[in-house]
Amino acid sequence: MKMTTPIVAAMVFGASMALTATFSGPAQAGEPVELAAMTEMAKPLTDQAGDPATGKKVFSNRKLGNCLACHSLQAMKEQPFHGEVAPPLDGVASRYSIAELRLRVVNPKAINPETQMPAYFRKDGLHRVMDKFKDKTILTAQQVEDLVAYLGTLKEE
Amino acid sequence: MGNTSSKLILAGCLALTACFAGKAFAADKNWGQYQVEDRRSGYTFAAPETRAMQDDNFQNPGMLWAEIGEELWEKTEGEAGKACASCHNGPETMKGVAVSYPKYVAEKKNLENLEQRINRCRTENMKAKPWKYESKELLGMTVFVRNQSLGMPINVKVDGDYAPFFEKGKAFYEQRRGQLDLACKHCHEDFEGGQLRANILSQGQGNGFPVYRLKWSGVGSLHRRFRGCNKQVRSKPYGYGSDEYLALELYVMWRGRGLPVETPAVRN
Ligand code: HEC
Ligand code: HEC
Repeated sequence: MKMTTPIVAAMVFGASMALTATFSGPAQAGEPVELAAMTEMAKPLTDQAGDPATGKKVFSNRKLGNCLACHSLQAMKEQPFHGEVAPPLDGVASRYSIAELRLRVVNPKAINPETQMPAYFRKDGLHRVMDKFKDKTILTAQQVEDLVAYLGTLKEE
Repeated sequence: MGNTSSKLILAGCLALTACFAGKAFAADKNWGQYQVEDRRSGYTFAAPETRAMQDDNFQNPGMLWAEIGEELWEKTEGEAGKACASCHNGPETMKGVAVSYPKYVAEKKNLENLEQRINRCRTENMKAKPWKYESKELLGMTVFVRNQSLGMPINVKVDGDYAPFFEKGKAFYEQRRGQLDLACKHCHEDFEGGQLRANILSQGQGNGFPVYRLKWSGVGSLHRRFRGCNKQVRSKPYGYGSDEYLALELYVMWRGRGLPVETPAVRN
């Protein structure tokens, strides 16, 4: 299946509560359910190509991506305390295309509305944001591109 | 089609595996009174050194606040010329009081937590000024009064007059908020037992409050913790003693029903 259309029908076998919980009808195990979702975002947010070295900093900085809050990554062993509540990101670029990774960072809720992962480039639809962060995205467009470029280097060895 | 769907399923499953792994690990141990069915006190997620500090009254720094409360119990203040002890006799009369807070107060048509009950005694019965939220006096007295119920099971009401407040608290707990768009339940239910950077996530129970927190180098109220958890997701916190936090307090105490009063608990 080509993955360029925003609407995809995915087969969900009731294996994941996170996904089935979003449908109104009771999803029976083994029954395919229609899932309207985006899977990728091909167009970069800026004209300037992402810089993986800067993206690496965006990834680990606690005030920026703070990705290690939830994910672990062997390539960043030198950083203390990796999170364990989300899938490890080792080799993530071998599992996802750049376009898929971009959407994961920009708005993972387009893929899984129930996810705990924050949308890093979204400012609408949020509740009671502190004044200092109001109407701002967590990352700037260029930071997203830098980060995505860094994620693109995380290939399986 | 396989490609897309399997990735979606994988992502969801991995997220779940992460949660379940944490829970399975935790269930190995017999936590005695600190666990009731699947409800576990923050004690069971704390480091052994932190637990040891809580277990020993001489080492527990929170007991200094209990001492502040003990002194104030006898202290006459206000125009009525009374102390707590004038009406309540010895502190042992406070045994069992803490377990049912926050309580519904008909005249207020609202909930009232123990801090506010203490202050109502001051203003109405002692004709004294109320203590400020997070002052050493109000924290001290709250710790002292709750400590009289040490080990007794939390038992708040949630039906009748309490029902609308319970529903409001539950809705608060489940509402995504802040720039990080996370609800209480995402961290304290979905991620329970998981490692969030340097923290092990507990169920976010309220039974040990006010707690001595190493990070605060002092004692703080449950509402201070709520404010911290709100700010952590970059959400505007509510005020101490606000209606929102009173309802949330009721829901959080209900989540921990049956867990023992641990005040002053020691936490990271
Ligand atoms: C609050 C927790 C949290 C934070 C912070 C977080 N994520 Fe995630 N992330 C998740 C969870 C949970 C999943 C699992 C999939 C889902 O929930 O949809 C996930 C999935 C992913 C995936 C797909 C991985 C896979 O193998 O399927 C990528 C890529 C990803 N995150 C990247 C990032 C990056 C980059 C950052 C930082 C900019 C980040 N995440 C920050 C929780 C988080
Ligand atoms: C981004 C993650 C996150 C969110 C969202 C969150 N918390 Fe917490 N909370 C923590 C962390 C980390 C701690 C400290 C470790 C622990 O005890 O879980 C904590 C601790 C607590 C504690 C203290 C538990 C104890 O035994 O000392 C309470 C109570 C609490 N949270 C309630 C809440 C409530 C209510 C909400 C929603 C308003 C909330 N939390 C939202 C991360 C979070």
